[in-house]
Amino acid sequence: MSQQFYVSPEQLMKDRADFARKGIGRGRSVVAVQYADGVLFVSENPSQALHKVSEIYDRIAFAAVGRYNEFENLRIAGVRLADMRGYAYDRRDVTGRGLANAYAQTLGTIFSSGGEKPYEVEIFVAEVGDRAEDDQIYRLTYDGQVADEHGFAVMGGQVEPVAESLSASEIAGADLAAALRAAVTALGASESGNRVIPTTDLEVAVLDRTRSQTRKFSRLSPARLDDLLGDRGPGGPDDGARDDVRPGGGGGAPLVDDPADPTDQVSGSVAPLEDPVTGEPPIAPPE
Amino acid sequence: MTDPRLPPAYLRPGVSSFADFLRDQAPDLLPGRTGLPQGSAADLAPHATTIVAATFPGGVVMAGDRRATMGNIIAQRDIEKVFPADEFSAVGIAGTAGLAVEMVRLFQTELEHYEKIEGSTLSMDGKANRLAALIRNNLPMAMQGLAVVPLFSGYDVHAGQGRIFSYDVTGGRYEETAFHSVGSGSMFARGALKKLYRHDLEAEQCVEVIVQALYDAADDDSATGGPDLTRRIFPVVHVITEDGGTRMPDADVAAIADRVIEGRMGRPDGPAASLTTEEGGR
Repeated sequence: MSQQFYVSPEQLMKDRADFARKGIGRGRSVVAVQYADGVLFVSENPSQALHKVSEIYDRIAFAAVGRYNEFENLRIAGVRLADMRGYAYDRRDVTGRGLANAYAQTLGTIFSSGGEKPYEVEIFVAEVGDRAEDDQIYRLTYDGQVADEHGFAVMGGQVEPVAESLSASEIAGADLAAALRAAVTALGASESGNRVIPTTDLEVAVLDRTRSQTRKFSRLSPARLDDLLGDRGPGGPDDGARDDVRPGGGGGAPLVDDPADPTDQVSGSVAPLEDPVTGEPPIAPPE
Repeated sequence: MTDPRLPPAYLRPGVSSFADFLRDQAPDLLPGRTGLPQGSAADLAPHATTIVAATFPGGVVMAGDRRATMGNIIAQRDIEKVFPADEFSAVGIAGTAGLAVEMVRLFQTELEHYEKIEGSTLSMDGKANRLAALIRNNLPMAMQGLAVVPLFSGYDVHAGQGRIFSYDVTGGRYEETAFHSVGSGSMFARGALKKLYRHDLEAEQCVEVIVQALYDAADDDSATGGPDLTRRIFPVVHVITEDGGTRMPDADVAAIADRVIEGRMGRPDGPAASLTTEEGGR
């Protein structure tokens, strides 16, 4: 007969939260910024095939960080839910709020059920309205919490330096080029210095209310990004810092996995985004 | 929906076809799912009629008249029968209007769903085959008089040309060259196209040929509506090129239709074709 150890509910939830948070912190950040014509998403993602930002429906987009196979499942479920609702009722009856609610309930149930491991993901669901005041960005965390974000939002990787850089820049009501420049500069910000992310490593998409099509989502190609970003402003290429930072992923925080510290954002030598094909098992939280 | 959570089936990887997903999850939403009692139901619902499509170098034009009939009654005089299926294709419908519109909605969702889930668009042939499958599912209804016969056309991005596909009620799929027409006025429209069509038409000339063909269809088929001059109702015209598909603005179609009608004032049967094949034509 196996011995049952008592674990307090607080401890159990804390362990699960720490586990999920570590998985999310391991990757790179995704930024969502409200600009004059809609919502801009920027992330550092060298892969052209595995997207972190995608279209859900006419006015709704999805962005995620964490484990690819888990958020890809959530994305597909969101597309199915939206298409099903749009087909059964009408295209206008598909709302970002409804989708965010479904995600929140699903993530919350998985987080608190003992049988499954919590999802190591964090999600943005954004919806663009007819006017800038109607734009919505919802942030969903691994435990099913929903937050309504305004102006800009950052998730995954080293959040603080990115968020600081964004709040220092004037992006309220900015046009696309200005918002993009601020977001890309912010993504390159870290405690050990700033770096310039090449446009081929950026995944950028917008929900643009001025598009004539009913589907407002579009991706920006590297060529378009080069046009919009110009010669990369005051930051300038900082090759030394860039070489230091690249292999670790994220930023310049101490890149040491301390087994005694469950809140550190580093975990051994795991790649930022696990290969969805091999589907490596999750790294267990330190005991 | 009482449980706000995503149902487990939604989180299951695999299916990228919306129609298949619908069949599993909400079969009652599929068009033509309900079984009908024996007998013909053909006279119960409005019928949509003539659709014409023709290719030109660099794209394809598809147009439909605006009439729906129910027996001898004109059920609607401004119905739209040509719809964009996705960015590079359009579908026009003839047959039972209610079922056909529902089928087009399912087809549009199907193409968009695949694009979003797979991250790439279906090939032109893939789209044509998916539409064939949807029509095949409607065969029991077709046998009771509720047939849906679409015409599908689009710009094939890989081949770099416009393509047209026609269908029969069993889901048979046939690629057409140059031009095709379906619906009750189609034989008259096709006759006109045979005489007026050239391989080297510009987009706008191609639209004019099609408006002529629809005029001829309306001339001889009571179920096809001609240009309505008093209400200013003109055919719905979609032009698809490598830049994507757009619906031609009503004002532009009206200008072409007015030109066609002006010509017919002088010669009611339309432009006369030469007796022998011209140089460069066919």
